[in-house]
Amino acid sequence: MKKAALYIALAVLAAACASKETQPDAQVQDKSTGVQPPSQATTSGQTTARPPAQAISGNPLKEGQLASRSVFFDFDSNSVRDEYRGLIQAHSRYMTADKKDSRIRIEGNCDERGSREYNLALGQRRAEAVKKVMTVLGVQDGRIETVSFGEEKPQSMGHDEPSWAKNRRADIKYAGE
Amino acid sequence: MKRLLLLIGFLCVALAAHAQLTIDIPTTSGRQIPIAIAPMAGESSQPQSVSEVIASDLSRSGLFKLVSASGVNPVPTEPSEVNFPDWGGRGAEALVIGKIATQGDGRVEVRFRLFDVQKSSQLASFSYLVAPQQLRATAHRIADVIYEKLTGDKGVFSTKITYVVKRGGRHELQVADADGFNPQSVLASKEPIISPSWSPDGSSLAYVSFDQKKPIVVVQNLAQGTTRIVANFRGNNSAPAWSPDGKSLAVALSKDGLTQIYRIAASGGPATRLTESSGIDTQPAFSPDGKWIAFTSDRGGTPQIYRMPAGGGDPTRLTYEGTYNVGPRFSPDGRYIAFVQREGGRYRIALLELATNQVVTLTDGTLDDSPSFAPNGKMILYEAQVGGRGQLAAVSSDGKVRQRLSSSAGDVQDPAWGPLPTN
Repeated sequence: MKKAALYIALAVLAAACASKETQPDAQVQDKSTGVQPPSQATTSGQTTARPPAQAISGNPLKEGQLASRSVFFDFDSNSVRDEYRGLIQAHSRYMTADKKDSRIRIEGNCDERGSREYNLALGQRRAEAVKKVMTVLGVQDGRIETVSFGEEKPQSMGHDEPSWAKNRRADIKYAGE
Repeated sequence: MKRLLLLIGFLCVALAAHAQLTIDIPTTSGRQIPIAIAPMAGESSQPQSVSEVIASDLSRSGLFKLVSASGVNPVPTEPSEVNFPDWGGRGAEALVIGKIATQGDGRVEVRFRLFDVQKSSQLASFSYLVAPQQLRATAHRIADVIYEKLTGDKGVFSTKITYVVKRGGRHELQVADADGFNPQSVLASKEPIISPSWSPDGSSLAYVSFDQKKPIVVVQNLAQGTTRIVANFRGNNSAPAWSPDGKSLAVALSKDGLTQIYRIAASGGPATRLTESSGIDTQPAFSPDGKWIAFTSDRGGTPQIYRMPAGGGDPTRLTYEGTYNVGPRFSPDGRYIAFVQREGGRYRIALLELATNQVVTLTDGTLDDSPSFAPNGKMILYEAQVGGRGQLAAVSSDGKVRQRLSSSAGDVQDPAWGPLPTN
C-alpha cells in the first residue's frame, strides 16, 4: 500500500515535471510566429472575407511552389534529386525576378547515424548543394548563407528509415521569417 | 493548490539536481589486484565515508577486486595493529587502513596507509587536513595514490567529465566528478549544444552553441561563468580543439564554402586556414606535443583520418580500412588515435596504433560516437546509443574493461574527459 502511494506520488511528480519542461518549447513557437513578416498580419484580415482556396494569398512565400521549402536527400548523399529542381527553380525565380532584395539561409540536416561533427559538415554540404543550383540559376552568392544543424534538429524523432528520410534535408528560410 | 504546485516545482528542481550518472559495475576480462580497504576509524561520524568512496573508485576502474574486511576485529587503524597473515589468508595482496579525526577548528585530518600484504611493508602513507565537505574529494585523491602505487599509472579519480544532457527541448552542458557525482549545469539552452572540449588547464570549456540559430564556437570560463564567442563567421563554426598550450583552437569553419580547418586564437580574432581541399575537412585534434593535427577528410572519396603539421601543410592519410573512419582523438602519450569506425552499418570506437598502423575495434555498439581519453590514457569515455537514447559508456584502451554510465535524465551526449587537476 505504501509502495503504491509512492508510485502515484512519483507519477504525479513526473507528469508535473514533464509539463514544466514543455513550456520553454511552447514559448519558442510563439516567438517564431510573432516575428512573421507584416504580410501575415494583413492576410489574417482577408482570410475571413475570402473562400478558403484563396485564403492564404497575400504572402507569395506561403503559396504554391514557394511554400515548399524542403529538399530531401538519399543516405550519405548530397546530390539534389530531380524532383526538387522545380522547387529550387521557383525560389530562384522569386529571388531574381520578384524580390530582388530577399536573402535566404539554407539549413542542412542529417539523420542521426554517424558522428555528430561529421554530420554537421555533411548537412552543410547538402545546404551548399542547394545553394549551387540557385547560384547557377542567377541568385547572387552573397544573398545565400548556408548553415547546418547536422543531426541536432530532427523533424522526425524515430530511429528507422521513414524517420531518417525526413531528417536528411535542406530547408530554405527567408530572412525575416 | 498553489502551495502544492510550489512543492511539486521544488521537487522537480530537486529531482533534476539529482539526475546524476550512475556507473554500473564494470565487466572485465583482465587480472584484478585483490585489495582490502578497512573501514577508517572515526569515519562513521563524518558526512562521507572515505573508505567507501575509495573502494568504489578502485572497483570501478576494473583493475581491482575488493576483498571483504568483514569480521576483522579489531579493525586496524595503525601499522602495529595489522595482522598480515590474516589479510593474506583472505586473498588480499594490498591493504588500506586509515583514521579520521576532527580538529579543534572543525577541519578533519584524514590519515591513510597502503600496505603490500605479502611483503608486510608499507607502500604509502599520507595525511590530509580538510574541511568535512571535502572528504569525498580527499577520498578520490587517496584512490589516485593507491591506483598509481599499484598499477604504475596516474589515477584519474579526481578528474572531471563534461557532457550534454538533452531532455525535452532543453539542452544542458554539465560538469561532474569522474564518478558521476556532483553534476553541475554550466549552461542551459533551448538550442543544441555540442562538442564540448576542455582547455588543457581545465579552467574553460570550448563548445558549439546554436543559440544564434547556427553553430558558433564559444569558450566559457567555468569558475567565472563568463563566455566569449571565438568563432562566429559566415556559415558553420564548429569542432573546437585546444592546442596543448591552451593559446589557440583548431576549428572547422565553412566561411569559404565547404567545411575546412582553421586555427584561431583562444581569445578570438582572425582565422588562419590550415587545410585546402575540395571536400570536407573537420574534427581536428592536436597531438599532445602540439606538432600535429589529426582530422577527418573525405578528399579521397570517403571520410578517413589524416594528419598534418599543426601549422598546416601536406596531410598524410592514416586510415585505409573501411569507408568511414572519423573523429580522431590522440591518446595522452600520442601513440594512439581513437576514432569512430563504420562497419556493416554499425558505428563503433576503434583504436589506431600510429607506429604499426594496427586498428583494433574496442566497442560493440550500433551508434557509438565522441571518444575521449582519460588523462592517463587507460580508459576511453564515449557516447553509445542504447534503446534510442544517448548514454555514456567507457572502455579501457586495451578493450578488457567495459562500463556503462547510465542516467535517467534523458539523452546524454558528447562526453569529454577533463585534464588531471593541476595541484
